[in-house]
Amino acid sequence: MTTPKQVLIDPIFNNNPIALQVLGVCSALAVTVNMSTTLVMCAAVTFVTTMSNVFVSAVRNRVPTSIRIIVQMTLIASLVIVVDQILQAVAYDISKSLSVFVGLIITNCIVMGRAEAFAMQNGPWLSALDGFGNALGYSVVLIAVALVREPLGSGTLLGYEILPRVADGGFYHPNGLMLLAPSAFFIIGLFIWAIRSWKPDQVEVPTYEIAPNTQYREAM
Amino acid sequence: MLEHYLGLFIRAVFIENMALTFFLGMCTFIAISKKISTAIGLGVAVTVVLAITVPVNNLIYNYLLRDGALAWAGFPEIDLSFLGLLSYIGVIAAMVQILEMFLDRFVPRLYNALGVFLPLITVNCAIMGASLFMVERDYTFTESTVFGLGAGVGWALAITALAGVREKLQYSDVPEGLRGLGITFISVGLISMCFMSFGGIDI
Repeated sequence: MTTPKQVLIDPIFNNNPIALQVLGVCSALAVTVNMSTTLVMCAAVTFVTTMSNVFVSAVRNRVPTSIRIIVQMTLIASLVIVVDQILQAVAYDISKSLSVFVGLIITNCIVMGRAEAFAMQNGPWLSALDGFGNALGYSVVLIAVALVREPLGSGTLLGYEILPRVADGGFYHPNGLMLLAPSAFFIIGLFIWAIRSWKPDQVEVPTYEIAPNTQYREAM
Repeated sequence: MLEHYLGLFIRAVFIENMALTFFLGMCTFIAISKKISTAIGLGVAVTVVLAITVPVNNLIYNYLLRDGALAWAGFPEIDLSFLGLLSYIGVIAAMVQILEMFLDRFVPRLYNALGVFLPLITVNCAIMGASLFMVERDYTFTESTVFGLGAGVGWALAITALAGVREKLQYSDVPEGLRGLGITFISVGLISMCFMSFGGIDI
């Protein structure tokens, strides 16, 4: 039996939703150009994942399996509408710059995936921890990506200047690529490499083994 | 007029590619791109669903949800746009279900070819994303049809390209930690960079 602590801590590095389970890459990467939108996105996803896990787990014994997907969808969509309305009321600028990506939390596979894989089998308390832990794992990756992209791309972090740009009389030439889509893919790829070198048991088994080089003389 | 729609289509396919510039539909994009044949099947399914759901959501938004849209029913001051997210996902889920039943009854060959991908499409962010972009950019009905079709074709093109690269990658000697997921992300990055070269085109 897994302890609550394991349920909470495991998804952060050992079973990271993005790096290992391939969940929730979708709506996330486009918001990592700067740190403030990233933090708002992480907070939104944490709220939605935790709450949806609690609600799905609370109704799990009353919902027939044939309609469970649509029930989960409705619960998640209502939560996302709440988040969206709150953001529009409290932080209108950030909500504008996140544009469609708040709405896309509905189809974020982490939310759906955890509801389906964990909350349908466990009680509300453990499910809340699982949702929170997975959202933390997701946030760790997003924040790591934003931490590379914002300083290198525009010389700032959370809007404060840390690398003075040449245009403002400093020394740093901003790297334009960091503001564009491909850099996010590269950074996540390298991040996965880093995690897997640290925890070698996550390395995937090759589908195809390359034969060692044959000595020239043997080949003859 | 035709030029305008053609330009919109080209933009949706190449310049603003759903998968490679907006990172939409990434989960399925990465998970189901190991073989070209399955990738093409999924691409076709996504295109069909996008070409249907975006215009339908456009009608729902314009005639039921938007501020003052219910004027035809005698409620000019009602604004239901906060219900948008819930209705779009409902429409998408229902559309996928109807399409599944329709294909099963009338085009069993395509139904068998698509198999498990059809239900998966409900949670594909590219579908939802296209509907949200349609609302944000305020497309008309015809524009949204063209946009939906273009977004689908672009997504299908991207996943087929990635599947082609990954089929070859199986035989290459990748560093241990990068094997599988890591190298896939990096190849997607490279493909995305190639697609960026369409950026300068203005139609």
